[in-house]
Amino acid sequence: MLDNIQLALASLRANKMRALLTMLGIIIGIGSVIAIVTVGNSLTATVNESLISMGGNNLQVGVEYRPDENGEYDYSVSMTQEDLLNDDMLEAFSRQFEQQTRAIVLRESMGDTGQAQDGRLYANVRLTGVNDGFFTAEKVDLVAGRPFRTQDYQGARRVAIVSDQLVDNMFQGDIEKALGQTLEVSLKESVESFAIVGVYHYQPQGLFLGGTPTATKDTTTDLYMPIYTEQQINGESGHYYSYFELVPQTGVDPDALVQRIQSFFEKSFYGTNQRFMVKAYNLQNEMESITSVLDTISLAIGVIAGISLLVGGIGVMNIMLVSITERTREIGVRKALGAPAGAIRTQFIVEAMVICLVGGVLGILAGLGMGAIGASLMGSPARPNPGVILAAVGFSMAIGVFFGYYPASKAARMDPIEALRYE
Amino acid sequence: MTQAMIQMQGIKKRYYEGKPNELEILHGIDLQVYPGEFVAIVGESGSGKSTLMNIIGALDRPSEGSYLLDGVDMLSLKDGRMSEIRNKKIGFVFQNFNLIGRQSAQKNVELPMLYAGLPARQRAQRAMELLELVGMEERARHQPNELSGGQKQRVAIARAMANDPAILLADEPTGALDSQTSRTVMDLFHQLNRQQGKTIVLITHSQALAEECQRILTLVDGQIIGERAGKEVPAHA
Repeated sequence: MLDNIQLALASLRANKMRALLTMLGIIIGIGSVIAIVTVGNSLTATVNESLISMGGNNLQVGVEYRPDENGEYDYSVSMTQEDLLNDDMLEAFSRQFEQQTRAIVLRESMGDTGQAQDGRLYANVRLTGVNDGFFTAEKVDLVAGRPFRTQDYQGARRVAIVSDQLVDNMFQGDIEKALGQTLEVSLKESVESFAIVGVYHYQPQGLFLGGTPTATKDTTTDLYMPIYTEQQINGESGHYYSYFELVPQTGVDPDALVQRIQSFFEKSFYGTNQRFMVKAYNLQNEMESITSVLDTISLAIGVIAGISLLVGGIGVMNIMLVSITERTREIGVRKALGAPAGAIRTQFIVEAMVICLVGGVLGILAGLGMGAIGASLMGSPARPNPGVILAAVGFSMAIGVFFGYYPASKAARMDPIEALRYE
Repeated sequence: MTQAMIQMQGIKKRYYEGKPNELEILHGIDLQVYPGEFVAIVGESGSGKSTLMNIIGALDRPSEGSYLLDGVDMLSLKDGRMSEIRNKKIGFVFQNFNLIGRQSAQKNVELPMLYAGLPARQRAQRAMELLELVGMEERARHQPNELSGGQKQRVAIARAMANDPAILLADEPTGALDSQTSRTVMDLFHQLNRQQGKTIVLITHSQALAEECQRILTLVDGQIIGERAGKEVPAHA
């Protein structure tokens, strides 16, 4: 067996270019499978992580266009304050759903980012207003200081909870020193100052293209403030919201809750609104549909890879037939020296397997490389699947056996006299 | 009387049997070769000597007649047994050497032992002994394309000797060599015959080469028409 392998490697070395071209189909086939599995794995993992960080069972509730009787949407009308959710509605809602609700999270970010500045020190921030439900739902990992108090919300006070990244930039990472400090933030048209009351740990999130896996000096982080404060800075008259997030109590069926929330808003507030209505979504369902799209893509690429492997296998078979014709005389000599048919067959099957195996290993390396590039483009760590790599090795050997068997048998059946006479 | 190494009686070989273009190449060959003999079979091309050689060498089966090789009835053998006979009892030496390319001289000599199932260490050891016997031990690691014609043929002879066969079957072994290297190859055959008592059947069209053997059989049109003694004196005589 060892001799057969050495022999096969020697014949590969003798025809490097030909062997490489033959392997190409196998390389592409195995490579694309490994690449897609690696990318798919890391994407699924990232989606799942995001799902968890966004609260797996949480419901998104928001104001949307109402379809007319034909099921069509009139996007020409714009949303006015009357169409939006207000504090009274949320108050009524939370009373009605008190049993089912753990927290109602309001969160609004200003469109433009700002920059905190102190001399030459700076940090990029996004001004984000939140309510107390934001803290109840543990949306943020407070490492120092306190959440906002009722007075902060009522008085629309200029208080802020900043990221540890900002503390690194502005206060040399000294969290204790940062607490109580006043932060000057330049916005497009104004400069606002905030008292720092808390610091949270910034967790970079890499979902989809362009995500940054690690925080840098220039990373824009959220600067949290009471939602009324944010609305005031943003120049809004009154307190209106287009959506909120609901964290259900444990054990509550989110799908049933979706229906009840929608009918509550319909009955109480939006029944008379011709153009807009409130809809609720279970985030998990949305995520499942993303994952299923991913699965479909994987399947499609899997089929393409399968075809590539088939073509590669046929290529291997073809080159083995050529090789056997070229080496007819050698086969004759081996038979004259007493090689049984089985030994000749084994020799050529091993040679086909070695071609496929070398191709498979090159394919795995190429696939891991492409997978790593693909995963890093999507901002998530590459997750190669050892099981799939082992399967790829096994599968490429199986291709060698399958497509090598016919040429090898042909060689084994050769008539030694004819073979010896072959020029 | 000692048992013949090759015992052939009424060997006929026909091609396209039963068809309109049926062709009989050998018309009843009787041949005895005894252990330790060095026999030449001489014939022009087309005389059927290749066909006879193929039958002697267990590459082909006769259509008719009986053939015992070292006591084994060769007519009723299956393909698998034929391979085994070729492996253990026959040592082929070809006109154009037929060494396997990209394999060292040593690996070439090991090949018949590989098919006989010998363990690697034993193969390597015996291969080196044989290469020493033919004076090629220093070229053991060389590949065939790094050897001259005479050197290749000496490696091929070492390979033919690998499993200590009953007979060496040499088909025009000097046909591709110049006269000087032909001489060294022939000397090697004489040496193996005299010192090791190896039975050798030399198939050639050259009368001069045949004269060197103990016994010369002349093949014409598929029949042995004459038998006479050569210049070589039998070793055991």
